[in-house]
Amino acid sequence: MNTFPSSTYFSAPPDWGWLIVFYFFFGGLAGGCYFLAALIDLFGRPEDRPLARMGYYIAFPCVILSGLLLTFDLNRPLRFWHMLVESNTFQPMIKLWSPMSVGSWALLIFGIFSLVSFLGALVEDNRLAWPAGRKLRPPGMLSSVIAVLGGLAGFYVAGYTGVLLAVTNRPIWSDTPLLGMLFVVSAASISAALMILLARRSKWTMPGIAALHRMDAWVVGLELIVLIAVMISLGPVFRAWLNAWGLLLFFGVIVAGMLVPLALYWRRQWLGELNLTTAAVLVLVGGFLLRLVIVFSAQGV
Amino acid sequence: MPEPMGFYTDTTVCIGCKACEVACKEWNQLPSTNGGLNTLSGDSYDNTRRLDGTHWRHVKFIEQFTEDRKDGRWLLMSDVCKHCVNAPCLEVCPTGAIVRTEFDTVVIQSDACNGCRDCISACPFGVIDINPASGLAQKCTLCYDRLQVGMEPACSKACPTDSIQFGTIRELKERAQKRVDQLQQTGEKRAYLYGADEKMLGGLNSFYLLVDKPEVYGLPPDPKMPTRNLKSGTWFSALGAVLVGLMGVINFRNRGARLEGQEERP
Repeated sequence: MNTFPSSTYFSAPPDWGWLIVFYFFFGGLAGGCYFLAALIDLFGRPEDRPLARMGYYIAFPCVILSGLLLTFDLNRPLRFWHMLVESNTFQPMIKLWSPMSVGSWALLIFGIFSLVSFLGALVEDNRLAWPAGRKLRPPGMLSSVIAVLGGLAGFYVAGYTGVLLAVTNRPIWSDTPLLGMLFVVSAASISAALMILLARRSKWTMPGIAALHRMDAWVVGLELIVLIAVMISLGPVFRAWLNAWGLLLFFGVIVAGMLVPLALYWRRQWLGELNLTTAAVLVLVGGFLLRLVIVFSAQGV
Repeated sequence: MPEPMGFYTDTTVCIGCKACEVACKEWNQLPSTNGGLNTLSGDSYDNTRRLDGTHWRHVKFIEQFTEDRKDGRWLLMSDVCKHCVNAPCLEVCPTGAIVRTEFDTVVIQSDACNGCRDCISACPFGVIDINPASGLAQKCTLCYDRLQVGMEPACSKACPTDSIQFGTIRELKERAQKRVDQLQQTGEKRAYLYGADEKMLGGLNSFYLLVDKPEVYGLPPDPKMPTRNLKSGTWFSALGAVLVGLMGVINFRNRGARLEGQEERP
């Protein structure tokens, strides 16, 4: 009889597919971009403000898209509200120990923060005539409170998905406690990469962009360390990646999505003008492939 | 309040007749597969193959034969939801659709379930699946409707060899232990109970008498609660957030930005 590396091998796959992969990607972008924008608002210079607004412009559509992806992934989409309200008693439905339950609330709360900051950014850009809305932007106490709370909610949304996978009994997912950490760090790296790309397209030159570059290099380095830690923590279950998924993880995520961008960030002159753009695109692709491998590989076991 | 009820399944007397599967399907009005078209496994008498949304009972046929097929044995086991005392599915269900009944059994309420499928990945036994007719997660209810009117579940009622026995957990455990003792005395030293004590998920209200390792029967040797990873996972995520936050703060402070600016100016 075969020996199994873990008792998790006797569970069944939940058929979480492409919609969930895209949700993990766009949810990570929403949380990460909001967090970076909040960071720029709190610690950056006034001339970096457009970069922060760009973060909020990305976060809000991504969080809406996230909600839609999750709703359509349900077998009964019209019952999406059962996540928040107990359908028989109409009492609030929350289980603090169930990541999907808390995550549903977190997505709602983060969605509200994203909307508020999105409106604030529109007002500051003079695209929305709402004088009171100017208070939502720095400087000011209210804007700082929104940035701190919204940034935390954003990180929660980016990271809880990894904890959700760990709080199951599937191989890989529940054989390591590090997926949440990996998703949090990856959310920051893909978000910084997307903001760098969009800022370059707009030919912006504020100092915050250089800070984003450096930060992205650091975060990608951290992500690589966490991914290696994930592999080690899997122990004998690592065998589950000795297949095509493992190849995709190694070449697509580690080499193309981490090592090559790190090299490009390190040696800026290699590709000239295209250097940073290429690095940012690779980080985004790598972040997507990472989620793809993690979601699908655990279900094929 | 009634006493906790459940199943004790003595796999040594199962003859693989599948009367339990049929009785379950009839009582619970579950459809045949593929709209009535039967598909055969082709390599076994086991054509059900796994528990899923429309198969809430599954008689497993474990064929243990030597290479030359001179010696061998069949292990037969009617698999079903374990109605765990600490149920992983119930723990994670975000809609509250999965509940514990007054009989200490675990039931999915179809009117509350929205098909998120978290319970499927949480169940360490691979019991739950989607019923394609409803799109909802479904599994054995331990015939909750029959229990409420004092009847026994359809499968144990139909079982012709009493391999599946229904009763109060207290009584079933006594009966099962006697049977293990009897088998041990007659030379079947491998006999033991799976899930009868509280060590496994607080106890399985559907427990088994087995004569080989759990994994031979497709059962996890050491099933665990999904929330075992909740605290560590949360703390590591928070650590990730703190590290990224620090990296952000260091890089966005004016000093770092100015240095970078000087670098790029020429």
